[in-house]
Amino acid sequence: MDNKRKYVIPGDVVTTGPFRPEQNVILDGNKIISTTIGITEIYDDSVKVIPLTGKYIPKINDLVIGKVISHTSLSWELDINSCYVGFLPAQDVFGRDFSAHADELTSKLKSGDLVAARIANFDRTRDPLVTISDRDLGKIDSGDLVKISPSKVPRLIGKRGTMIQTIEMATNAAITIGQNGWVVVSCESPEGLLKAKKAIQMVDEKAHIANLTDQVKEMLESKGES
Amino acid sequence: MGGREATMVLLDENGIRCDGRKVDEPRRIMIKAGGLKNADGSAYIEFGENKILVGVFGPRDVHPKHMSNTDTGILRVRYHMEPFSVGERKNPAPSRREIEISKVIKEALEPAVMLEKFPRTAVDVYIEVLQADGGTRCAALSAASVALADAGIPMRDMVAAIAAGKVADTVILDVNNEEDQAGQADMPIGYMPSVEKITLLQLDGVLTPEEYKKCVEVGVNGCKIVYDLQKKALNDKYFGSGED
Repeated sequence: MDNKRKYVIPGDVVTTGPFRPEQNVILDGNKIISTTIGITEIYDDSVKVIPLTGKYIPKINDLVIGKVISHTSLSWELDINSCYVGFLPAQDVFGRDFSAHADELTSKLKSGDLVAARIANFDRTRDPLVTISDRDLGKIDSGDLVKISPSKVPRLIGKRGTMIQTIEMATNAAITIGQNGWVVVSCESPEGLLKAKKAIQMVDEKAHIANLTDQVKEMLESKGES
Repeated sequence: MGGREATMVLLDENGIRCDGRKVDEPRRIMIKAGGLKNADGSAYIEFGENKILVGVFGPRDVHPKHMSNTDTGILRVRYHMEPFSVGERKNPAPSRREIEISKVIKEALEPAVMLEKFPRTAVDVYIEVLQADGGTRCAALSAASVALADAGIPMRDMVAAIAAGKVADTVILDVNNEEDQAGQADMPIGYMPSVEKITLLQLDGVLTPEEYKKCVEVGVNGCKIVYDLQKKALNDKYFGSGED
């Protein structure tokens, strides 16, 4: 699976043959052509390219961090660092018996509040519908927001979560990663908070380096001693 | 045009052009991807004496809203020449020529960019010509495709562009300012090498059908040279040099 990784740019032929084109590739005759700058992944019957650049495009079931930008009497609008705004209906927060007359939306969420949300529905005809009615979702009361490039989120999580576990264990911080590249870090000790933020920024800057987990570990430990 | 241009030798008996190039030799080309922090994608090109900077934003919200399209994203291109880009100060207001070139570049990029993936959004391409020396539209188009790729906008292929032309009854590659002024024909060509499609073809001048075919052939081959440099620019930025 991993043995055929290759760097590609738009127009490069990824492979030829009977493969199913998945993300960021198009089929032209029997050639599979990349449409973005990225790293190829060839599976038994399908091909995809992991992008290295670009905006966040919402996907159903993604966890995102959003910032409330405005509200109407029925819904909030969230900035989810994408080309579309997240749409959060008031019923999702107040429950089924929500009444536009009786309930004041600002009593729950104000402009500027950070929210952990999940993309409930998204298609090309409408703005993404987000929900906060689930465990671990909802308004974020404490923590610092760190913005990284959305294409580097998988690197921050690491293989089976190794990278993020390393950072969390070394700093005792609680880190919430939104797929849209926004990360909330909260930690009881100020040093741990600073270190965790530094580590996240380091991953963002050095995402292409091979043994990054070790480097991050080293950085976290060296700071702890001094 | 004064008497000097009329007597200038555009092509000598050894097949050497007025700036010392061979007939099928492009000018020195340098492309750099990235460089602007605040734009989503950017590129800088030096194409002979041309110096052009391109910044790309998007996909992003469309303003004014009525311009948006529910079926697809839209592409907006602004080609602009700085007042200091030419010998005599150029009025910075968009001229007839700049509006036309903006449209031409937009239409040359549209077949490459897969905007249908982002309905109701806009991709903005801002092209600033810092220094002009003939063939800016080709250089700008080449740089704009690199900037779009840098911004992560899905593309079928990058568009490479170069001009072919005719001076002293000979078909040449990469027309410079002098050859454009005093030559017989100028044909800018935009080409997607991987999918083998031409996206821009203009012609100013008179060519016989045979010369026309020769010009297209020479131009397409020139585009492949530009294409390799575009790929190199992106490889350098994202993967370091030498890797692939």
